[in-house]
Amino acid sequence: MFAFIIRRALQAIGVLFAVGIISFAMFRFAGDPVNQIVSLDTPAAEREQVRRSLGLDDPVPLQFVRYLAKAAQGDFGVSYQFRQPVADLLTERMPATLELALCATLFATGFGVLMGVYSGLKRDSFLAKVFQTISLIGISLPTFLIGILLIYLFSVTLGWLPSYGRGDTVRLGWWTTGFLTLSGLKALIMPSITLGLFQMTLIMRIVRAEMLEVLRTDYIKFARARGLTTRAVHFGHALKNTLVPVITIVGLQFGSVIAFAIITETVFQWPGMGLLFVQAVQNVDIPIMAAYLMLVALIFVAINLAVDILYTIVDPRLRTTIRQPA
Amino acid sequence: MADAIQAVPTPQAQPTTWAGRFLDSDVWSSFKRSKLTMAAAFLTLLFMAAAVLAGFVAPQDPFDPAQLDLLNSRLPPLWEADGQAPFLLGTDEQGRDIFSAILYGLRISLAVGFLGVAFSATLGIALGLIAGYVGGTTDAVIMRIADVQLTFPAILIALLVDGVVKSVLGGQLDGVTTLSVLVFSIGLSFWVQYARTVRGSVMVEKNKDYIAAARLIGLPAPVIMVRHVLPNVLGPVLVIATINLALAIITEATLSFLGTGMPETMPSLGTLIRIGNNYLFSGEWWIVAFPGFSLALLVLAINLLGDWLRDALNPKLR
Repeated sequence: MFAFIIRRALQAIGVLFAVGIISFAMFRFAGDPVNQIVSLDTPAAEREQVRRSLGLDDPVPLQFVRYLAKAAQGDFGVSYQFRQPVADLLTERMPATLELALCATLFATGFGVLMGVYSGLKRDSFLAKVFQTISLIGISLPTFLIGILLIYLFSVTLGWLPSYGRGDTVRLGWWTTGFLTLSGLKALIMPSITLGLFQMTLIMRIVRAEMLEVLRTDYIKFARARGLTTRAVHFGHALKNTLVPVITIVGLQFGSVIAFAIITETVFQWPGMGLLFVQAVQNVDIPIMAAYLMLVALIFVAINLAVDILYTIVDPRLRTTIRQPA
Repeated sequence: MADAIQAVPTPQAQPTTWAGRFLDSDVWSSFKRSKLTMAAAFLTLLFMAAAVLAGFVAPQDPFDPAQLDLLNSRLPPLWEADGQAPFLLGTDEQGRDIFSAILYGLRISLAVGFLGVAFSATLGIALGLIAGYVGGTTDAVIMRIADVQLTFPAILIALLVDGVVKSVLGGQLDGVTTLSVLVFSIGLSFWVQYARTVRGSVMVEKNKDYIAAARLIGLPAPVIMVRHVLPNVLGPVLVIATINLALAIITEATLSFLGTGMPETMPSLGTLIRIGNNYLFSGEWWIVAFPGFSLALLVLAINLLGDWLRDALNPKLR
């Protein structure tokens, strides 16, 4: 098991290294780092001097190592459009994205499991068919259309919820939170639903399929034969076993939720990292794009590794199979 | 009546023409059995026809500024009190007929979708064939790249490629160049699935006798790959391509909605939704509603077709 974790960690480092190369190539070749420092009308000689002082004359591998070393210390260069260090911009916006992603995941898991269990237990009921239809819509409708639809319903027509921004936030150290004010919580509702809907349908489908599978197994029959109540059989025995894949999916999807927040944040003008990234793409702000890529890669890889390790702890069968030589 | 009897083939007389074999196949009979699939196919064809014939059907050319009249701006659909003919679904800020804009936008969305799928499929199939057939280090390198790319959602890759290509090209891009950039970025974000599927099938196929025979008569590797291996691995590719068509259309719409896709002078469905979104609060719901509805319907129809094709081509489910 230890060897397994080591191998996974090495793979993770490999992925990060590859992303580092891509991000460096973008930073170095797609955008000219000199432009970060000089203005448009700087003479060529002065540009050349800046180029030399930045070490852009050095061999490319040396520059790459320097770039990685700086990135590891949290220095991603300066944004073209904001003239501010990219790291500061990202830290400032990270809380907004993480809070949104957390709420979306909670929404998706809660409703996904409930709807999945219900449609697994009563697969022919009317409500189960409604859930199936919702899941088809959740997969077919592009995220931004769902967001627009919600805004039209709850902001324009009914006027219940704010259509953009985070509402009032409270500062706790460097972290800003919308959890502590009423307007902050209200502002979270629609973006969380928009972002979580796809994950919700995914979880619902998995739970439903797993429930149907588990209910057919022998130990459920034995539990029934022992005279346990239906409730105990369904929730004590069946549901527990469907939750392992759900935990995996929720974990693995958290990275995707953060990446998909790009779209939701644009629809709701949510001041997070995704909106920053979209503005960077629109204005060809390469340092932000490169840094965002590295950051998302780090989050993805860390989550994958954590899920792998958790899996070996949760499921003892995996430990024995891993020990056997492949 | 006589035709109907003739059309039923007997096991002894296999139909030899391409059309005959198709009508005899399980795929066709499963198509005839599913009403939902037929409706989806009809809708998809309708959308495609509308896109191709946009120039004849649309009352206005929305790309031609000379045909737009600001006096006609922000008119509601025809059935509302202030609606005016010929603007069936109303007009936008610039006096552009929404119905015409949807037809022309559909054309761009479908073009980007099809070209993107064609590009990613070609790239994925080629890399998958090479990886599976050659094996060794080549295989390892290609599949490692695929693994790394698979860690990220396609939309993120597409956005990144889009941004990088634009920064390399620099300056303001015209409509056609933007369209090519979109096709390129969508193609680069969806090739992995093809490559993995094709590689898997090639690994199975290449150990079979007919490949050994082809090698023995001295055919060069590229010929074996394309003429002998490729036709036998195309089934699953078709399914992926159909489902990816819907994904490619959504990705294009998303990029355009985010403001990194088609410009407002040459709008796709996504751009139309982006424009319409600005008027949601002033009560002009039709500017965003109809393009949005068209996009959703198109994607739903293609998804249904893809689902059906996956089941129809999968012998295990029969």
